[in-house]
Amino acid sequence: MNMRAKSERAFKVVGTRPPRPDGVDKVTGRALYGADVSAPGMLAGRILRSPHPHAEILSIDTSAAEALPGVKAVITSADFGLPEDESLRDIQDNCMARGKALYDGHAVAAVAAVSPAVAGAALKLIKVEYRPLPHVTDVDAAFAKDAPVVQAGRTLENVPPGVSENVTSFCEFGHGDLAGGFAKADRIVSRSFTTAATHQGYIEPHACLASMGSDGKADLWCCTQGQYNVRSVCAGILGMEASQLKVTASEIGGGFGGKTTVFIEPVALALSRKAGRPVKIVMTRDEVFRATGPTVTTSIDVKIGMTATGRITAAEAKLRYSGGAFPCVTVDMGAQAAFAAYDLEAVRSLGWNVLTNRPKEAPYRAPGAPQAIYAVESVVDELCEALGLDPLEVRLKNAARKGTKSSYGPTFDDIGLVATLEAAKAHPHYAAPLGPGQARGLSCGFWFNFGGNTCVSLNINTDGTVSVTEGNPDIGGSRAAISQMAAEELGIAYEKVRTVVADTSSLGHNDVTDGSRVTFSVGLATIKAARDAIGKMCARVAKIWGIDEDAVFWEGGYAKPAGPNAGDFPPMSLAEIAAISFQTGGPIAGHHEFNADGAGVSFGVHLCDVEVDRETGATKILRYTVFQDAGKAVHPAYVEGQMQGGAAQGIGWALNEEYIYGADGRLQNPGFLDYRVPVASDLPRIETVILEIPNPGHPYGVRGVGETPIVPPLAAVSNAMSRAIGARLNRLPMSPPTVLKALNAAGA
Amino acid sequence: MKTVHVAATINGDPVEFVCEPHESLLDALRNRLGLTGAKEGCGTGDCGACSVTLNGRLVCSCLVLGAEADKAAIGTIEGMAEADRLHPLQQSFIDHAALQCGVCTPGILVAAKALLERNPDPTDTEVRYWLAGNLCRCTGYDKIIQAVQDAARQMRHA
Repeated sequence: MNMRAKSERAFKVVGTRPPRPDGVDKVTGRALYGADVSAPGMLAGRILRSPHPHAEILSIDTSAAEALPGVKAVITSADFGLPEDESLRDIQDNCMARGKALYDGHAVAAVAAVSPAVAGAALKLIKVEYRPLPHVTDVDAAFAKDAPVVQAGRTLENVPPGVSENVTSFCEFGHGDLAGGFAKADRIVSRSFTTAATHQGYIEPHACLASMGSDGKADLWCCTQGQYNVRSVCAGILGMEASQLKVTASEIGGGFGGKTTVFIEPVALALSRKAGRPVKIVMTRDEVFRATGPTVTTSIDVKIGMTATGRITAAEAKLRYSGGAFPCVTVDMGAQAAFAAYDLEAVRSLGWNVLTNRPKEAPYRAPGAPQAIYAVESVVDELCEALGLDPLEVRLKNAARKGTKSSYGPTFDDIGLVATLEAAKAHPHYAAPLGPGQARGLSCGFWFNFGGNTCVSLNINTDGTVSVTEGNPDIGGSRAAISQMAAEELGIAYEKVRTVVADTSSLGHNDVTDGSRVTFSVGLATIKAARDAIGKMCARVAKIWGIDEDAVFWEGGYAKPAGPNAGDFPPMSLAEIAAISFQTGGPIAGHHEFNADGAGVSFGVHLCDVEVDRETGATKILRYTVFQDAGKAVHPAYVEGQMQGGAAQGIGWALNEEYIYGADGRLQNPGFLDYRVPVASDLPRIETVILEIPNPGHPYGVRGVGETPIVPPLAAVSNAMSRAIGARLNRLPMSPPTVLKALNAAGA
Repeated sequence: MKTVHVAATINGDPVEFVCEPHESLLDALRNRLGLTGAKEGCGTGDCGACSVTLNGRLVCSCLVLGAEADKAAIGTIEGMAEADRLHPLQQSFIDHAALQCGVCTPGILVAAKALLERNPDPTDTEVRYWLAGNLCRCTGYDKIIQAVQDAARQMRHA
């Protein structure tokens, strides 16, 4: 179901659903992921990890491990330098603990050996002398003045005094007279919420193959969302020049933000440098959970005032996030996103980040936003319930629209929130009858979307086909979408275009695949590279025809004379121009390099029906519908896929997923058995409705779509459950024990 | 450690390999035979990315020893297409956009094929419960269920 906001240009390729170029490889097992390649003489790398949540490392004795036959290299933090840049140093310290182990699972040493078995045996021979220190894993406990200090001296100057040294940063956004706004309210609700840390849960563990020669040149193959970032970080850590390190991104088995940084890559390079042989490291699932990026864990207060007719008069949020053992500014994004869906006269959000003895946070789909918006949307729903108002009408009444000064500063251009809410209101789901014990919840969601540094080459081949070279790993079908945009702009068939993802030596810098930026930014660069090539093709044709360059124009895959004055020439196709390009000046290519601006924000609305089993506390999702503004859906099937996949992850976050730490500070559930992601039988069909409110910043109107869909499920599910059980829920996940406790407290 | 000699049939072809006694079938397939289509997502039988068939039975190859494959018939994703002709399930997954990152896809295809061999006309709920041992983190399963059902329809009418 496609609902067009307004008529627009007639697309031929954009908006269709062609087969993805990597489809056959992925259904036959031929696609090569991080762990799927080997090299002659390759060694197996393994990493020793701290069993302590917080401990001083007094000494590391590697001599017995080094003496074991088959061991070729052992490294510790002593094998790395000390980067000046603070964030680079944090990444390095997270890859290999320096002086202190900061969380359960923190890497302390690594081995390269002739087989995984020998490497494993060598790990057991490394003697690490620890002095355990008091630890803190709870976000609120870490704020206390007397809490164990995870890292000293990391507090930024703007942090208000009176809190623990664990607090690293503070932020504040908003406008208007808060006290005056609350004074106008007929009803004020103030509630506190907590959300557990979750993991991105990509099915492919981190894996890499590093090979460094004695000349200092190195090749690195790894699963990553950004090979250029891997290159700059690894080159920085290892003291290499970027040109000497070639990073190739493998097919990537899921990332969701979690593969935007490095964990094992500098370790593999350092082992390879020391051993003089290629080294492959593949994480176990236990390592993925204990040592790679979970989300922040949060504690949030929200206060909202509303009139009896449903207008919000003032809104305030206080967000306390912890991104683990290293400083993290995800709370800034939460504080900015919290009230983005609303047009508010008085709004304020304050955020603090605090250190805990948990793994370093890595982004997860709209980082920071789901938690903040969950808390806000829960309070809005409670107000609607208390005032007897329709929750969709209240959202419409307060919705941000074109011209609204957003809660985080900028004034919105064309945005799709109202259209999305109207679509939800008109959908049969919203009016469908509910059975006894069932309830419906809804929530808005928002993500900024990013542009960023992007670089594309587009080569016109002499047989009339086109090769697009781009630099962003394809995490959701972007090669298909990029080929579609190239074909659209050039006026040729989709099948004539092949898009490949380049290694770092074959194309200039591209920012990481994040911020829902690829279809927008790489697509835009591809369109501009195509226009560059079109300009060159028109120039060649002008030369052939003996007329001025500007007397030739491009239409539907052909160069044509611009008008009767230009002369009467039969149009020349791209294939005809390409075939004789060697005689008209040589190969033809288009390029575009830029720092993309104009990524349009994206709003979504989710509807969710649930039924709660009052005996077990288990929740069944009965029906789920996602409404989202895609600007322009380039490949609608993959837009739907983002909407469905994000919704499923959000439902998992709402109902089950959770990092559980014991009193000993160790992670209790580092595996898929105990960290339960949704399986097929947990979910209903996930219906989708794509809205298309064109983004003014893109010639086709494209907006990023990947992140927004994980935002609304947390509150949509929670609001439905709160209504189903007759008691407001305020912590995630709403696992059966939590729900039972709430039911008992409500006397149900 | 003494290695074990194994003679098996993989995707219909006779294969011999040696492996260590504690080595999983998954490691033997991937590291000794170059069959990297089966993936290790967890190593504990919780994700299904390593699904293969052992004498026709659907198993997680990370929970089977390489040595147990002796005299057995193993089926992997690499044997699903016949030369350049994709299995209807494979084509249906492409047609329905039922894969994104694709790392769970080999396991889900092997599992779905095993389902349709037992039950050519499953309900959506039966498909969902059969595939409950195969984690997919990208798709929310919706398009996977549709792709399996569409392939099942085609296979019934073939």
